Amino acid sequence: MNWRAIWSIYVFEMTRAGRTLIQSIVAPVISTALYFVVFGAAMGTRIAQIEGVHYGAFIVPGLIMLMLLTQSVTNAAFAIYFQKFIGTIYELLSAPISPFEIVVGYVGAAATKSIILGFVILITAFFFVPMRIDHPVWMLGFLILTAITFSLLGFIIGIWAGGFEQLQFVPMLVITPLTFLGGTFYSISVLPPAWQTVTLFNPLVYLISGFRWSFFEIADVHVGVSLGMTALFLVACLAGIWWIFRTGYRLKT
Amino acid sequence: MPPIISIAGLEKRYASGLQALKRVDLEIRKGEIFALLGPNGAGKTTLINIVCGIVTPSAGKVTVGGHDIQSDYRAARSLVGLVPQELLITPFETVWQTTRFSRGLFGKPGDAGYLEKVLKDVALWDRRKSKIVTLSGGMKRRVMIAKALVHEPQVLFLDEPTAGVDVELRQEMWHVVRKLRDSGVTIILTTHYIEEAELMADRVGVINRGEIVLVEEKAVLMHKLGKKQLTVQLAQPLAEIPARLASYKLGLGHGGRELVYTYDTQAEHTGIAGLLHDLAAAGVEFKDIQTTQSSLEEIFVDIIKGKR
Ligand SMILES: Nc1ncnc2c1ncn2[C@@H]1O[C@H](COP(=O)(O)OP(=O)(O)O)[C@@H](O)[C@H]1O
Ligand SMILES: [Mg+2]
Repeated sequence: MNWRAIWSIYVFEMTRAGRTLIQSIVAPVISTALYFVVFGAAMGTRIAQIEGVHYGAFIVPGLIMLMLLTQSVTNAAFAIYFQKFIGTIYELLSAPISPFEIVVGYVGAAATKSIILGFVILITAFFFVPMRIDHPVWMLGFLILTAITFSLLGFIIGIWAGGFEQLQFVPMLVITPLTFLGGTFYSISVLPPAWQTVTLFNPLVYLISGFRWSFFEIADVHVGVSLGMTALFLVACLAGIWWIFRTGYRLKT
Repeated sequence: MPPIISIAGLEKRYASGLQALKRVDLEIRKGEIFALLGPNGAGKTTLINIVCGIVTPSAGKVTVGGHDIQSDYRAARSLVGLVPQELLITPFETVWQTTRFSRGLFGKPGDAGYLEKVLKDVALWDRRKSKIVTLSGGMKRRVMIAKALVHEPQVLFLDEPTAGVDVELRQEMWHVVRKLRDSGVTIILTTHYIEEAELMADRVGVINRGEIVLVEEKAVLMHKLGKKQLTVQLAQPLAEIPARLASYKLGLGHGGRELVYTYDTQAEHTGIAGLLHDLAAAGVEFKDIQTTQSSLEEIFVDIIKGKR
């Protein structure tokens, strides 16, 4: 293992994030805080509670998930795509490092950034709504696993993408809608039975449900199922990465 | 001594179907400066990129320091530094950050002293805290060299190091390259300027359309190429060359109005004085004389066309 190389990539990426602090931390926090204010404060007065949880608090896990998913994908996708775009990827390809080490460096940095972001949003939430965390270890587990999994997905997208607009495609047009429809703002049980069934085909339902369970012990599906789905995603992304490096897909000519 | 780089039967066919390299065999000796000379599109960059791990070969075997570039890529790549043809560098890091990053990628521990030495060698020490985006083109190119050197490679590839570079910087680069060679680094540079190969290299390889056409010691090559021609324009056309001038192996051209004498500039006696004397003695009157040296470009084109 070339640990120094992994560390170099990690530090390089974290430094880059530090330079764009406003963009990478402040902007997502402000937009999430707006959700708290609009939904939590304004609508929370009308929808009093869901299963005994204040509505403003109920939406927090879903909103953190939304940020975690989109930011993990975007960060990792942008980082590797940028190297490809300006050609500096030559340095990675000609260094004595394995593809696995490259992935650990980039995905590690992207996941770290979105985990930090998740915490910042969580702390912000405590200022706006009555929060509680019933199972902090599970909460942390879901947070870390999801960040890693979706950073891997972002890495794949970054390698696949042929232009900057394609980097935005998955976070904007797939993840965001699926998160909104996946029970961020409501419990699946309020939907008509037919829609409940349809909703279960939305993979993000499982992530949001499990994450919310770790806060309030309320869930749309059993927490074990959520964990299983998260693991399944992780394995699928790892398989995708393995295939990319085995074939040199879009990396080497 | 075994060659530091050995290339055997190397082929590359790009996905487009284009055959960029055709069974290339080449050995690079330890410590030499080797110039790979060839026109645009000859396959120079492809060859370098394969050795460095950026392009996957279609067939063939390459070893660096005895290590196979595919099965033993870590050991092989550790020995190699690459300065690519284009300025490929992230804009917002400082000179110091970007060179330290390169060293880290090669798994070397941070060594501020060594970084300082490399940056001083390429005259960038004063700019170490500057962001790349604020540097001139020539400085960026030197940063690229520093990045390639900072992991202490034994072999340095310079892909067209002086293309589009002004005279002053070119001199500077040559100076840096010579210093490196003196410190024992093997250098392979590609160029399409013959003068550059002539000035810098110990050996020269000529590549065209994916094939190595010729590999020669520079001194031998230059000797072969160091021919000049003297053209004598005659007052009256000649039907044939007078017998007493036979030893000069003259050519008769331009409808008998010109005599062409080919001589070696590096020979002790060029024979020009004798020729002029004998011309007068043979009663051949001439209006004018001129000498021409085939330009390096012409020579190069001749090699490629197989005339030399
Ligand atoms: N990625 C690529 N895909 C397809 N063809 C390529 C690629 N890179 C280079 N080529 C082609 O291969 C040939 C050799 O290119 P190159 O090695 O860059 O030559 P040189 O460096 O000598 O100018 C050229 O015809 C070029 O168009
Ligand atoms: Mg080239």
